[in-house]
Parts: sequence; structure tokens; C-alpha cells
Amino acid sequence: MFEHYLSLFIKSIFIENMALAFFLGMCTFVAMSKRVETAIGLGIAVVVVQAITVPVNNLIYHYVLVKGALSWAGLPDLDLTFLGLITYIGVIAAMVQILEMALDKYVPSLYNALGIFLPLITVNCAILGGSLFMVERDYTFPESLVYGVGSGLGFAIAVIALAGIREKMKYSNVPPGLRGLGITFITVGLMAIAFMVFSGIQL
Amino acid sequence: MNSYKKVILDPIFNDNPIMYQILGICSALAVTSKLETSIVMALAVTFVVAFSNFAVSIVRNYVASSIRILVEMTIIASLVIIADQIIKAFAFDISKQLSVYVGLIITNCIVMGRAEAFALKNPPLLSFMDGIGNGLGYSFVLLAVGFVRELFGSGKLLGMTVFPVNTAGGWYVPNGLFLLPPSAFFLIGLLIWAIRTWKPEQVEEE
Repeated sequence: MFEHYLSLFIKSIFIENMALAFFLGMCTFVAMSKRVETAIGLGIAVVVVQAITVPVNNLIYHYVLVKGALSWAGLPDLDLTFLGLITYIGVIAAMVQILEMALDKYVPSLYNALGIFLPLITVNCAILGGSLFMVERDYTFPESLVYGVGSGLGFAIAVIALAGIREKMKYSNVPPGLRGLGITFITVGLMAIAFMVFSGIQL
Repeated sequence: MNSYKKVILDPIFNDNPIMYQILGICSALAVTSKLETSIVMALAVTFVVAFSNFAVSIVRNYVASSIRILVEMTIIASLVIIADQIIKAFAFDISKQLSVYVGLIITNCIVMGRAEAFALKNPPLLSFMDGIGNGLGYSFVLLAVGFVRELFGSGKLLGMTVFPVNTAGGWYVPNGLFLLPPSAFFLIGLLIWAIRTWKPEQVEEE
């Protein structure tokens, strides 16, 4: 049983990396990777939010939305899955807001470090994508917890690595048209090829 | 009349949402391994951007600014659900291939970005046109990448053979790299390079 979770964890970090294999959260990924420090802040924020929202959405999916989930209320035929998208994004926005308030009250230092990233994360595709993949692959609650942490970590690793590369790239002489966005895309492409090495691994 | 033309044409080359504003790249890359899925995705995004801009612009004077993001999110999510259900109803196979990426239009920064930056300040019809323009700018990149990837990756366009591949007795040896995710990054990087060589004022200073 433990092995199953471990393999899911490794898989969600390396093999099915949110940023480099599924292209999720690209906007923040490219925009926030100019410096390693900001990348670390963003990475931590993604891990935290992902670890909370995926399991919460899992509970909501299994106990409210799925067909027959509301049979205790006398509605055995009700299938609310078409409301999925709007529910997940609502949950994510609410969770981010709550997290922001809780951090502000209890851990102000962390709040100051993560502050600007939290609202950004609401519209980060990696977070919504995590919840949608969880539904599509029919994860159980413990699996969704492992998957949430793993996919968040995968995104964090990718964004920190890219920031490291971009910091070094300041010293290189890039052709004018490629400067900034263009060369970043090509770098990400090379990183994605590097991450594909993991794809054959069977755990 | 000129301003309508400007808001439609500007986002295609001069102010392209993907290449200049770095918005909405996520979905642009994952669905482009075939031209067919790229077309469906481009249509869906154009539909959502145009109508969300229109709707946000209609309600812009009645919504307090503190809850505007919530209102925008609700409008966008409803439109995406409509688009998702339509694709599922009329093109089920494609909806399977697009998997979660239709749902991810909600978090596509283009939609939210245009609602915030344009629709909140402009009248409904102009906002609608802006949505169409930005949708077309997005579609342009998506179709360009999808075209190259399907043509060189499998020698086909829209499922029809253009280059007969060697496994079927033809002369073309398909380049497998184009079917893999990283090729999309290279293609967009090169596309940005090409556009910026053509229009040097877009070059970034570092």
C-alpha cells in the first residue's frame, strides 16, 4: 500500500511534472522565474495551496457532486458533475483567501514572503489542473493528498530550476529578437526534454 | 469605426496576447500536437473571451470593485461550462483529446486579463470586438504551432496525408520530436524571434 503512494508521489513530481509535461501554470512559470528568491516563494505557495485544494475538491466531488452523492437528502438521481468547474474554482479562490487571512494572523513573516503570490495562484492553471486531473483519474482521498503535494513539489522544482538558469543567462549574449521571452521558451523546451528522461521509469 | 478595426487587428501581430503579453500560454502548448484540436481550442477560447468581455462590460457600472474578480470568475466559469458542454455534445472525440484543457480556459490569463484591462473601462460592443481580436491573436499562434507540429510530426493535416510517411511506403520520415511536448516550446520561441525580427520595437531590454 505504501509503495503505491510512493510511486504516485514520484510520478507526480518527475514523470507527470505539472509545468514541463502538461504545460500548466505557464504564465506564472515564465513571468515569475527571473530571480531564484521569488521562484522559491512562488514554489512554496504552490505546494501549500495545491496540498489543500486537491484533497478538499476531492471531498466535494465525492460527497456532493458525483451522481448519487446526495441520496441521503432524498436526491438519488441528482448528477451535479457539470457544475464541477465552477465549484473547483470557487473552492480554490476561497481556500486561497482563507489561507491568506490565516497566514496574516498567525505567521506574519511567511505572509510577507508569500503575500503577493497567493492571489496570483487563484488563476494559476496548475492548481485548477491538479483538481481536474484528480477527478479525471478518479483518485481516492489519500491518493489525492499525495498527488496534491507531489504535483505542487514538481511545479516548485521546475520553477526554481528555471530561475537558476535564467539568472546565469544574464551573462550570455542572446540575439536581440530572442531576448527575454523567446530564449526562455527555448530553455523551457530543453528542460522539458531533460525531464522526459524520467518517463520510462516504472515504479 | 477606426477604433473597432484597431481593437480587432492590433492583438494579432502588434500586441499579441501570447507572444507580447505572455498570457494564456498554458493551454496553447498542450493541445497543439494536432491541427484539429488546435482549431477547436482556438474557437472555444475566442468564444469565451468575446462573450466574457461583453458580459463584464455590461455589468461594469453595477458591480462594486471589491467583488469584481468574483463576478468575473463566475461569468467566465459559466461560459466555459457552456463551451465545454457544446464540445462534448457535438465533438465528443475531440473533447476526449482536449481532456482537462477546455476547463482550464477558466484560468487562462487572456480571458481574465482582458476582462480586467479592457472590458471594465469600455462599452460592451467595443469590448466584444476586443475579445474577438484577442481570441484571433491567440488562434493565430495556436494554429501556426498546430500546423507545423502535425505536418512535420505525422505528415498529415487535419488527418489527411500530405507527406506520405515511410512506414506506409512513402518518402517522408516523420520527426517524432514534433509530437512531443517540448517542440511546442521551441516553435513558440522561434515564432517570437521571427515576429520580433519583423517588428523590432517589441524586443525586450534586459
